[in-house]
Amino acid sequence: MLKVYINPETVMINGKALEHKEKGSALLTEVYRTYVGDYPKFFKMDTLSKLGFVASELLLQAEGKPRFEPCEDRAVVLFNCCASLQADTAYQATIQDPEHFFPSPAAFVYTLPNIVTGEIAIRNKYFGETSFMVLPERDPQIMAQQLQNAFLDPMTTSILGGWLDCSDESHFEAELFIIKSLNFKSLNL
Amino acid sequence: MIVCMANSILSPLGMTTAENYAAVKAGRSALRLYEGLWDLPEPFVASLMDREKVEDAFAAWADNRKYTFFEKMIILSAKKALEQTDIDPTSDKVLFILSTTKGNVFLLDERETGFPQERVLLGAAARQMTEFFHNPNTPIVVSNACISGVCAQIEAMRNLENGCFDYVVVVGCDVQSAFIVSGFQSFKALSTEPCKPFDANRTGLNLGDAAATIIYTKKDKVNENEWVACRGAIRNDANHISGPSRTGEGSYRALKVALGEVKPEQIAFINAHGTATLYNDEMESVAIERAGLSQVTVNGLKGYYGHTMGAAGVLETILSMCAVDDNNILATKGYETMGVTHPLVLSNQNQPTSKRAFIKLLSGFGGCNAALLMAKGGEPC
Repeated sequence: MLKVYINPETVMINGKALEHKEKGSALLTEVYRTYVGDYPKFFKMDTLSKLGFVASELLLQAEGKPRFEPCEDRAVVLFNCCASLQADTAYQATIQDPEHFFPSPAAFVYTLPNIVTGEIAIRNKYFGETSFMVLPERDPQIMAQQLQNAFLDPMTTSILGGWLDCSDESHFEAELFIIKSLNFKSLNL
Repeated sequence: MIVCMANSILSPLGMTTAENYAAVKAGRSALRLYEGLWDLPEPFVASLMDREKVEDAFAAWADNRKYTFFEKMIILSAKKALEQTDIDPTSDKVLFILSTTKGNVFLLDERETGFPQERVLLGAAARQMTEFFHNPNTPIVVSNACISGVCAQIEAMRNLENGCFDYVVVVGCDVQSAFIVSGFQSFKALSTEPCKPFDANRTGLNLGDAAATIIYTKKDKVNENEWVACRGAIRNDANHISGPSRTGEGSYRALKVALGEVKPEQIAFINAHGTATLYNDEMESVAIERAGLSQVTVNGLKGYYGHTMGAAGVLETILSMCAVDDNNILATKGYETMGVTHPLVLSNQNQPTSKRAFIKLLSGFGGCNAALLMAKGGEPC
């Protein structure tokens, strides 16, 4: 099973560490510039979406299949614990002070955790299911169960899924993988 | 088959499902103009709970000070539904799924000091509910923007289908705050008057507080009066994170899967999202036409409650079940003149029906869309 892992200090593809210079949110930008580079919308995203975007790009590059072909059989199913906390905090800052009350639509739109599933769907022309579930803490059993359940959709044959969490710009963790209905039993979260 | 065992609605229009249905059938709306509330500089129209009423109902069996308003709403709604059954919520065969977008987000405001900051986490809020009922399972929070309420029901169906649990309690709730209202205002999405779904003069949406619960279980056989959740689907527009697809891509695809082999003639109505924003209603009309459903009556309930976000999918499914039970198609309050380019069958009056199935349709930020087919007695699943 293909797997990408990212935290503020590490990027790993299938257990192999990727070389890099930066840390924290600068690491995400470095990965974007080195391995993607052609999607300027990246710079508008909140940290959760940036994290999900670069992790999914590395994963799909490793998958090695033709990219950007419209499909409805791949679902995007992500889990975390902090929902959109980094974006929520950033938006709250724009309305906290009544003297400087400037609510920003660009900031507000990211105050939903499922926006990143939409970003991945848009990039890859995935018309299939997109879903975000929030848990009190990371629970591999619940996650495996819900991923298995996602194959009950009559069209879903593979899932880009996993853990995608971000509490602020310097604290985040992504562990994304691609699973197919057939190899589901080998799923080891 | 996946069967609805019990439900409850808590809203400004009533503290029970029956009160809510009667109010909506009589054409009552909870939308009011609020000026200066939460120190917001601009007035807004919304459907807001009388918070004292919730506290009074809550005080009978729990300490008001321990829970936020949001937590009281979800606990109260779940309790009212559980009371209609003999389910033991302490059993590990019972799963709680919470549908919400913003939960306790108001706790991010520096002036809010009454509760620990960690309760802003959706899982921590959901756990207040499961701990209240002494339920041993990890609650799942479905947070897919405005489609969460239908997604949560689809997750419930799948968990029952796969035999993971015997009962799933789906609670949908959002409560309004300066955070949410100012955000939608910044988008210029809010109307300064009661909303007009699908109307030519629609000027945007209104927001609302509500909590609603449906309890599902799996049965081999159902009787003719039981409500069956037949099929649901979630699809993405793959187009834009905050604007709906011009071709109604995700809603069209979700509708197609939810409909399956069922004929349009068998559907009493499509209960649409109908937020009364220019783009949403137009998109839904495109999707409904593409799915071959333009002859099916469409209605929308935002004129009574505003957009209740995480509650909407659950609330509107319950009211649609009540309407079919009453052989009625609820009026689309606020609608007057056809305002979408792909004409729909819409009415601002209640209409009789003898059909026993409906589709709940939703769409939301992130390009997500969901459709759910519900049928009384399991026909024509």
